Amino acid sequence: MSTTSPPSLLMAPVHAAMRIVDVPLRALQKATGIGGMAAFFLAPNMLIFSIFVLLPLVINFVYSMTGGTAFFLAERYFVGFDQYARLFSCDNFLDPMSCQEDAFWTAAGNTFWFVILQVALMIVTALITALILNRDLAARSFWRAVFFFPVLLSPVVVGLIWKWILQRQGLLNFILYQFGVTEPFTWLTDRNWTFAATIGVSIWAHMGFYALILLAGLQAIPKDLYEAAEMDGTKPARVFWRITLPLLAPNLLVVVVLALIRAVQIFDEVFVLTGGGPGTSTLYLTQYIYETGFASALRNPGLAAAASILMGVVLVILTLFQLGLGRKNESKGKR
Amino acid sequence: MGAAARFILRRRGAHGSGKGWHWTDIVTWLWLVGGLVIMFGPAIWLVFSSFKTPAALAEFPPSILPYVTQQAMVEGYEKPLQLFNAKMPDGSTRVLAEVRRIGLVSQMVDPKAPGEIVRVNINDRTPVRTISFATENYIQPFTQFDFLRYLWNSVFVTVMATLITLVVNSMAAFALSKYEFRGRGAAMLIILATLMVPLSVIMVPLYSIISSLNLFNSLWGVILPTVATPTGVFILRQYMLTIPDELIDAARMDKASEWQIYWRIVLPLTAPALAVLAIFSVVWRWNDFLWPLIVLSRRELYTLQVGLSIYSGELNVQWHFILAMTVVTMIPVVLVFIFLQRFITTGIAGTGLK
Repeated sequence: MSTTSPPSLLMAPVHAAMRIVDVPLRALQKATGIGGMAAFFLAPNMLIFSIFVLLPLVINFVYSMTGGTAFFLAERYFVGFDQYARLFSCDNFLDPMSCQEDAFWTAAGNTFWFVILQVALMIVTALITALILNRDLAARSFWRAVFFFPVLLSPVVVGLIWKWILQRQGLLNFILYQFGVTEPFTWLTDRNWTFAATIGVSIWAHMGFYALILLAGLQAIPKDLYEAAEMDGTKPARVFWRITLPLLAPNLLVVVVLALIRAVQIFDEVFVLTGGGPGTSTLYLTQYIYETGFASALRNPGLAAAASILMGVVLVILTLFQLGLGRKNESKGKR
Repeated sequence: MGAAARFILRRRGAHGSGKGWHWTDIVTWLWLVGGLVIMFGPAIWLVFSSFKTPAALAEFPPSILPYVTQQAMVEGYEKPLQLFNAKMPDGSTRVLAEVRRIGLVSQMVDPKAPGEIVRVNINDRTPVRTISFATENYIQPFTQFDFLRYLWNSVFVTVMATLITLVVNSMAAFALSKYEFRGRGAAMLIILATLMVPLSVIMVPLYSIISSLNLFNSLWGVILPTVATPTGVFILRQYMLTIPDELIDAARMDKASEWQIYWRIVLPLTAPALAVLAIFSVVWRWNDFLWPLIVLSRRELYTLQVGLSIYSGELNVQWHFILAMTVVTMIPVVLVFIFLQRFITTGIAGTGLK
């Protein structure tokens, strides 16, 4: 017995169980043939997919056409396109307050500006980080890990860490105080600062992920191109614009679209950090859907479903855009 | 020493030769050191803060290390008095206990000879402080609040979801990589298409399905919708495609059943990909927030993430408990980061999936 290693000892009952499972499965195989076994292996995954992803996707359309506060479809009544009409009844689409469903348009507007600013800043910082990590650094894997660290943290942890740092008597105000700023900033109670904080925090949390993809792209650029440029005495700025950026373009586009899709759905860390406030200054679309569907006292799942379908349409457009770009790159012969 | 410094400060094209610092070298090091501070600093600040007492947390300006001000019982006074280092007019310093403060003057007594009152300007005294870790921040949430329950719920959800994910996804990947059947392409397409269906789009109808199945307010309602990950099927299938079919044919000759082929041959050979998926799955399920928030409404069912967010949203936030529990919530992910980060970074760089 001394030769049995702990893992195999641990696996022994599992193997025994598998031998027992094998008996009925052999019978199944005899009855259905190998093709039947393929269906058997695929079934659990497809069943879970169908129930928890495909079915909701279909039901969502039904939901958006019905009214009432009940969640069971049988207890809901048909209203046609009323929910969409309610979302779109606006005197002036640039002024959320003129809309019947002003919270939706406020959230849509906030999300729009959030996406534009966050993605732009994210791409710039991720690109700089990737370029720096691609240099001939000592301990590169350590530095890569440094920027990657927050990516693994849960959004709740991220939200709480920054809530603690940004509060009135927090670390950031203390650091500013050291530099002579005596009046503390109200990062989490001033509308504009809070909006900026959600952008900054979400970049902090996800930038390493995009930097990693861009770094992989940079490392795939053939080194001899740079050597040739160096021999010709090309200026570094020109090397960047003429070699690095064009050859990185496919990865850069993937990263931009991926960042856009993620940014549109922003919820968790913002919900913990600001709860959408103060007022509605950091209310984004996912939180609007969540609150309309579940949280608010006057919940309206149909309206939430209609809003989520509109958001889904935006995401589908972005995804198709990404697929189109991927195909274009493929036909150019790159990967 | 010189070699080490040269190694650490290695610069563009210079390689220790006499060339001076290019401006990009300076930007590089500013960015790296700044990144080190900004990326790790907040988490380290969190850990230090989590060991402070509520009084120390309320201090401004805050100290980095968790200090506790010293108090002493002095004869003739009922409550413990706070100890200060007081500067005397003759330049010496004495340890005195403060009796009361009137305006800018503090009335103090010597703890050993409490008869005589010494008057000291409040600017001439500093509190006596020692470093002390407030471990009760960690113990009390587990013993007096439900956090032990939340921790257990989180562990249960993470372990169960990961195990089911591995089994279900590897079975599907096996079918999609090693069998020829009608509709294989369609099945693959459906799985990949669901990659693009985010929770925020389907959460309302998904909730109604969960309640119809009586899974509302059940940890299984959190687990089941997450286990058929398209990412997992994709990673495993790509890996299984590299396993030669001859192995499987040979096993069939030896009268192995299809289940045995899956269990005894294909799964062991897929171990590296299974490991990557397991790591990803643990991090995903541990960090999940929105879906558990919707499904779980009874306090005793909360996962750590939900419990933390609910407690931190309450009116009088007990930050010393919240900070400590945030650290606890962070620990598994930090362990993954320290020991398994390599797998995740290569996984992301290779597939672009998170």
